[in-house]
Amino acid sequence: MIKVKDVSKHFGKVKAVDTINFEVQEQENFILLGTSGCGKTTTLKMINRLIEPTSGSIFINGKNITDEQPEILRRSIGYVLQNNGLFPHYTVAENIAIVPQLLKWDKKKITNRTAELMEKLHLGSDYLHAYPNELSGGQQQRIGLARALVSDPPVLLMDEPFGSLDNVTRAAIHKEFKALDELKRKTIIMVTHDVQEAFELGDRICLMDQGKIIQSSTPADLLFKPANKFVKDFLKDQRLQLEFKAIRLLDIWDLLPNHHQEAHTSSLSTDSDLWTALEHFKFIDSETVNISKDKSEIKIVGFEQLMSAFNQYKNRQGHE
Amino acid sequence: MNEHQQTLLEFMQQQADKLAVQTMQHIGLTFISLFFAVLVGLPLGVIIARKRKLSGTVLGFAGVLQTIPSIALLGFMIPLLGIGPKPAIVALLLYALLPIIRNTYTGITGIDAAVKEAAMAMGMSKWQILIKVELPLAMPVILAGIRTATVINVGVATLASFIAAGGLGEFIFGGISLNNTNMILAGAIPAALLAIIFDFLLSLVQKLNFRKLRRSSYALPIVLLLLSSFYFIPTAYGSKLTAGFTPEFMGRQDGNLGLESKYGLKIHTIVISDAVMYKAAYQKELDVISGYSTDGRLKAYGLVVLDDDKGIFPPYYAAPIIREDALKKFPKLEQTLNLLSGKINDSVMTDLNYRTDYLHQSPERVAKDFLVNHKLFKPARKSNEENTVRIGSKIFGEQYILANMYSMLIKGYTDYGVSTKTGLGGTKICFDALTNDQIDFYPEYTGTGLLAILQASSKTINEVTKNKDSTYNYVQREFKKQYQVSWLKPIGFNNAYALMMREQQAKSLNIKTISNLKRYLNSK
Ligand SMILES: Nc1ncnc2c1ncn2[C@@H]1O[C@H](COP(=O)(O)OP(=O)(O)OP(=O)(O)O)[C@@H](O)[C@H]1O
Ligand SMILES: [Mg+2]
Repeated sequence: MIKVKDVSKHFGKVKAVDTINFEVQEQENFILLGTSGCGKTTTLKMINRLIEPTSGSIFINGKNITDEQPEILRRSIGYVLQNNGLFPHYTVAENIAIVPQLLKWDKKKITNRTAELMEKLHLGSDYLHAYPNELSGGQQQRIGLARALVSDPPVLLMDEPFGSLDNVTRAAIHKEFKALDELKRKTIIMVTHDVQEAFELGDRICLMDQGKIIQSSTPADLLFKPANKFVKDFLKDQRLQLEFKAIRLLDIWDLLPNHHQEAHTSSLSTDSDLWTALEHFKFIDSETVNISKDKSEIKIVGFEQLMSAFNQYKNRQGHE
Repeated sequence: MNEHQQTLLEFMQQQADKLAVQTMQHIGLTFISLFFAVLVGLPLGVIIARKRKLSGTVLGFAGVLQTIPSIALLGFMIPLLGIGPKPAIVALLLYALLPIIRNTYTGITGIDAAVKEAAMAMGMSKWQILIKVELPLAMPVILAGIRTATVINVGVATLASFIAAGGLGEFIFGGISLNNTNMILAGAIPAALLAIIFDFLLSLVQKLNFRKLRRSSYALPIVLLLLSSFYFIPTAYGSKLTAGFTPEFMGRQDGNLGLESKYGLKIHTIVISDAVMYKAAYQKELDVISGYSTDGRLKAYGLVVLDDDKGIFPPYYAAPIIREDALKKFPKLEQTLNLLSGKINDSVMTDLNYRTDYLHQSPERVAKDFLVNHKLFKPARKSNEENTVRIGSKIFGEQYILANMYSMLIKGYTDYGVSTKTGLGGTKICFDALTNDQIDFYPEYTGTGLLAILQASSKTINEVTKNKDSTYNYVQREFKKQYQVSWLKPIGFNNAYALMMREQQAKSLNIKTISNLKRYLNSK
């Protein structure tokens, strides 16, 4: 859906972005990951033409973005800024209504849509007439998200949307983020320098360094098939946790012992990652966890069985 | 003497009409110019915020404008725009420009970059960003600039009275030249109050929160326009002819007050500084002006003096006045100074003034030419430096010429040394210098001696101003008694106040005297 082709951006002598290429599929969560100053924001802003590339071209749905008037293009792309960029002189409701007003929606439609989003984002309607400086950081982030989502644009660009939050709040927002049906339908490009966040939210991760793309692949491939030492080192510190998060139960299904049985209790689906399954033991006072595949097959496994499947999986990846 | 016991409050009550008019004019001037300054400054501020390269030039230029002294700026305006409100408004506008441009610029450039970026990213056009984001967010800073500009304007607008634009400056500067404290305060206090009140009101507007501010920013231009219209309320009446009088003339018994009480003259009057009055009459912006009968510009601009047939202007015959101890110290001085007596009549003096003021000949040359023509000139003798006569003069052309003549005469006819201290401010400064032994003599006028120095009672004035000799005798006697200063023989000319008109207009309307003028104005 989004295609970036041989794009470079130079600021004077600085090559902020250096001949990058990638494609993002429809409804994909694509993560731009990398150290500070590697060119993530610059890349993102070229997609809604806040920055014009020095060379190369960008296509959305096969159409070169330079063929369209920038204002019109931007109204069809949601954009969430790192430090939210809410209008301090607008109330929450007015902030959310900016794009609908540009699109000349009628009043009623705006009110309904705003109410709908406020509910989905767990913001009480009494906040509608508050000003941004009366909200907490997390609430501001959510308003920023609501503002980007209000006109239901097919594409969403997010620049470190959860950057300024503490870990607890961030984990909570991540959960909401994944559960939000609005987002499932969207093609999202998200910038972050937080590896955990990238692995948790990304379908694919694009690792950048000094304006270049080092590796662009699924989280699991990034972990188990690193393109070079840079990638390996980049993930080193949090490797184990990342691996648990990168492996879905489906990936190790074959390696789990066979216990064909009908499902009768609540169980995890094979779409969950290994980390979730392991966390299960913390909360449920039980030796085993039920895992169901396609709601028909069920395996009942314990902690040791999961870990041994994990080790086998890793060995297999190493020998490939 | 009555006037001196009058309190400020009484003065203000007595002059309530004028005070109201001047205050309205003052508010009007302040806000008309402010309105246009916002109209010009705001877009300029926006432009330089967009094109930062221009900011240095534009802000620098506006800064330079503000360093030009206000009087000079008003002076520059006259050749371009004449007199009256137009040049005053433009000058005020130029002063108000810098704070408005600068604050618009800092206000807009100070906005959080993320907010501007968000606006852009949501698909707002440049214009929408300006109206919906930049201006509202910069508004508190812009308002602070407007506030500064308002206070500046209230202050500078006092100077508008110099070029016939009215305002509280009429009282302030009239009071200064008349040495009337009540009059000064009657102008200065309301002006200060206006500044304080507007400053306070604008500080309230500034403190409103964004929401209210958004609404009030629509109200602002309306309020500005409303206040601007104050200027036009008082000028809604007219008459056939327009008079321009100096602030001093306006407040004097032997000036406008006398014209009203003795002649019953009612004429549409504007107050104007004497520096531009003659030219304004020449350019037909004014029809009747108050001037001095020997002023060189009378000749330069083709004006005639109207005969003062009821004698309200006291005689102002010029004569040297000298301390008595100086007369003793320089025994030959009296005789030498009297060489000039009776030699210069009104038209001769007017002509001499015309040469310096209009042909820009040096007073020295004019003085020498005159002495040579009248066979009074003798080359300088060798002087004795220990015996030096100090000559004083006031700060205008006629006095410079006289001082030069006296200097040449003393050098040619005596052995005394001469030093001149020309350009001593006003009457008071000159006379104080004389009595405090800083100078030995200077040319003074009988009327000035009577009114400004002796401050005679109105009864005495009425008695002694009937003819020139009784005035001269009275001041001679009183100066001797009170100050031990003696009046030498009159030089001949009478530099009195006078009403004047363009010669051509006076002829065609058949106006020769002030009574003629009144009759013409009263005729339907
Ligand atoms: N407007 C600009 N002018 C000059 N240099 C710029 C500009 N914007 C970015 N750069 C430079 O380009 C490089 C990439 O910047 P960019 O903002 O894309 O980094 P980033 O990956 O988003 O970093 P961070 O994680 O710190 O936000 C940096 O070296 C930066 O200094
Ligand atoms: Mg960045």
